[in-house]
Amino acid sequence: MTSLHSRFAPVLAVLAAIVAIWYLGAYALNAPFQRDLDRRSGETPTAWEFVVRTMTQAKPTLPAPHQVVANVYENTFLRKPTSNRSLVYHSWVTLSATLLGFAFGTALGILIAVGIVHVTTLDRSLMPWIIASQTIPILAIAPMVIVVLAAVGITGLIPKALISTYLSFFPVAVGMVKGLRSPEAMHLDLMRTYHASRAQTFWKLRVPASVPFLFASMKVAIAASLVGAIVGELPTGAVAGIGSRLLNGSYYSQTIDIFAALIAGSVVAIILVSIIGLAGRLTEKAMGARPA
Amino acid sequence: MSLRNVPWQGVAALVLVLLAIFSPAFTTQELAALSAGGSGAAFPYAVTGPLMLALAVLAALTIVLRPRPAAEAAALFVLVHAAAWLLLGGIAGAEGGALAAYWFLLAALWLIAWRLATVLSSLRPAGRAADTAVRLLVPALFGAWILIVWEAVVRGAGIPFILLPPPSAIGVRIANSVPILAADVYQTIFKAVLTGYVIGCAAGFVVAILADRFLFLRRGLIPIGNMVSALPIIGVAPIMVMWFGFDWQSKAAVVVIMTFFPMLVNTVAGLAASGHMERDLMRTYASSYTQTLAKLRLPAAAPFIFNALKINSTLALIGAIVAEFFGTPIVGMGFRISTEIGRMNVDMVWAEIAVAALAGSVFYGVVALLERAVTFWHPSIRGG
Repeated sequence: MTSLHSRFAPVLAVLAAIVAIWYLGAYALNAPFQRDLDRRSGETPTAWEFVVRTMTQAKPTLPAPHQVVANVYENTFLRKPTSNRSLVYHSWVTLSATLLGFAFGTALGILIAVGIVHVTTLDRSLMPWIIASQTIPILAIAPMVIVVLAAVGITGLIPKALISTYLSFFPVAVGMVKGLRSPEAMHLDLMRTYHASRAQTFWKLRVPASVPFLFASMKVAIAASLVGAIVGELPTGAVAGIGSRLLNGSYYSQTIDIFAALIAGSVVAIILVSIIGLAGRLTEKAMGARPA
Repeated sequence: MSLRNVPWQGVAALVLVLLAIFSPAFTTQELAALSAGGSGAAFPYAVTGPLMLALAVLAALTIVLRPRPAAEAAALFVLVHAAAWLLLGGIAGAEGGALAAYWFLLAALWLIAWRLATVLSSLRPAGRAADTAVRLLVPALFGAWILIVWEAVVRGAGIPFILLPPPSAIGVRIANSVPILAADVYQTIFKAVLTGYVIGCAAGFVVAILADRFLFLRRGLIPIGNMVSALPIIGVAPIMVMWFGFDWQSKAAVVVIMTFFPMLVNTVAGLAASGHMERDLMRTYASSYTQTLAKLRLPAAAPFIFNALKINSTLALIGAIVAEFFGTPIVGMGFRISTEIGRMNVDMVWAEIAVAALAGSVFYGVVALLERAVTFWHPSIRGG
C-alpha cells in the first residue's frame, strides 16, 4: 500500500493547494466589487461576514469552488436531461459532434498513413504539407466552415464534426505512419523470405505492429476532437452544446455557468480519453502483448 | 521496351487528351460560336485551345516514351505548366461555362503533374544542393497543383464566390489590404501571442525545474499536468476576457495557460532523459546539483524542451485567435475573421487564414531552426 500512498498523497496535496489558492483568489478578485456594494448600501459587515459575501455573489469575478460544484450538481442531477439548462443535454450535443468527427478523422488519418507508407510520391509530396497543416491555426477556419456549409444548407452536426475531423486526423496520420513503419528490417526481411505479398505484409506485420501507436494517437485525437466540437459551436450563434454555454455565459457575465461548462467539458474529455486508453489496453492484451 | 513498364499516368493522360480533342468544345461560348457557323464573336481558347492540346499530347508522349528521368522531369515541368498557364488564362470571361474538353484536359494535366512528382521523387541527384532542391521541389509542386486545380475548378464550374473564392482573388485581396493585415498581425501575434508564449514557456520551465528538485512536487504535478493536456483549455478564453479586458492582455493570458502545461510535462520528461552512466560520471567529478543541471541534464533535455516549444508555437496562435472571438478591440486576426465572415467578405477571411498559416509556419520554422542550432549534437539532426 505504500506505493499507492506515495502516488496519491502528492496529487491530493497539489489539488488541495490549488483549491486553497482558488479560494484566496476568489476572495481577492471579488472583494473590490463587494466593498463597493456594501459602501453603496451603507452596510458595515464584520470581517467574516464580508468573506462569506465575496463567496456568494450571483455574478462573481471568480466564483468560489463550492459555487461551481453546486451549479454543476444542480444542472447535472437535478434537471431533466432533456432540459436545455441541463449540462447533460449540452454535453451530449457536443459529444455527438466529437464522436462523429473523431470517427471521420481517425478513418482519414489511417487512410493517409497507408497511402504515405506505400506510395513514395505521396510520402515525398504529402508529408511536408501534413506537418504544415498543423502550423495553421485550424480553429481560425471554424467559423468559415460553419457559415459556408450553412449557406449550402448543411447545418447541425456535420459542420462541427468536420472541424473535429480536421483537428483529429493529424495525430492519427502521423502516429500511424510511425506505427506502420515500426516493424524492424529483420521482420520485413522475414516476410520477404516467406514470399509474402504487399497485402500480406501489411495485414500480418504492419497492422499488428501499429496498434499501440494507433491507440496512443487516438488519445490525442479525441481530445483535439472535443476542442474542435466546442469551438465549432461558438460561431453558430450558440444554440446548444458546451461551447454555446461558454458563449452565453460570456455574454451575460454568468461566470459560474462558464466554470460549470468547463467542468462538464473536462469530465467528458477525461471519460473519452480513459475509454480509449482502456480499449487500447484490452486490445493489446487480446493480441498477446506482455504488460510493460 | 515492354508495354508493362509504361507508366499508367502517361497512358491515362493520353486517353484523356484524346477525349478532350474529340469533345465538341471547351466552353459554352465556343459551342455557341460553332453553331453560329464560325462567323460569330471570338470565344475563349480559339487560338490557345489547339496549342494546349498539343502541349498535353507532347507531355503524355514523353511519359510513355520514357526518356532519361532528368530529361523527362525537365520536359514535363515546362510542358505541363505552360499548358496549365494557358488553361487558367483562357477561362477569364467564361467562368462557369466549362465543358467536357476543359475537364478532360484538366484531369490529363493533373495526371501529368503527378507523373512529374513521381519522377522527381525517384531522382537521386549527385550534389547535396541539388538533392535539397529536389526535396523541396516535390512538396512545392504538390502545393502549387492544389492551387492550380482549386483555381481551375472554382472558375471553370463557376462556384459562387461566397462559397469558395479562387486563390487568385485571395492573392489580390492580400495585396490590396496589406495595412489591415499588418495591423492584425501586430495586434494578435506580436502583442498577444509572443508575450503569452514567452511567459507561459518560461513559467512552465521554472516550475519544471522546481518539480525536478522536489520529488513530492513532481509526483503531484505530473499526473495533473498529463490530465490537463487532454482538457479543452481553450474554454478559459471567456473568463480571461472578463478578467483582463478586451485588449491583448486577455489573449496573452489564454496563451500563457495553454502553453504552460506542455512545457512543464515535456521539460520534466527531458530532465529524466540523461543516462545513469553520465550522471554517475558527474558525481565522480563531485559536481553540485546546479552544475549537473547546467552541464548535463539541461542539454540532454533540449530535444524535449524544443518539442514543447514547437507544440506551443501552434497552440499559442490558436489560443489567441479563438480568444478574440469572445471580445476584442477592433483589430486582430480573430476579430477580422469573425466580422468579415458576417459581412460575407469571404476573400478577406481567406486572406487572413493564409496570413495566419504563413505566420504559424514561420513561427514553427524559426523554432525548428533554433533547435537545429542548439541540439546539433543530437542523432536525429546529425544523421539527417
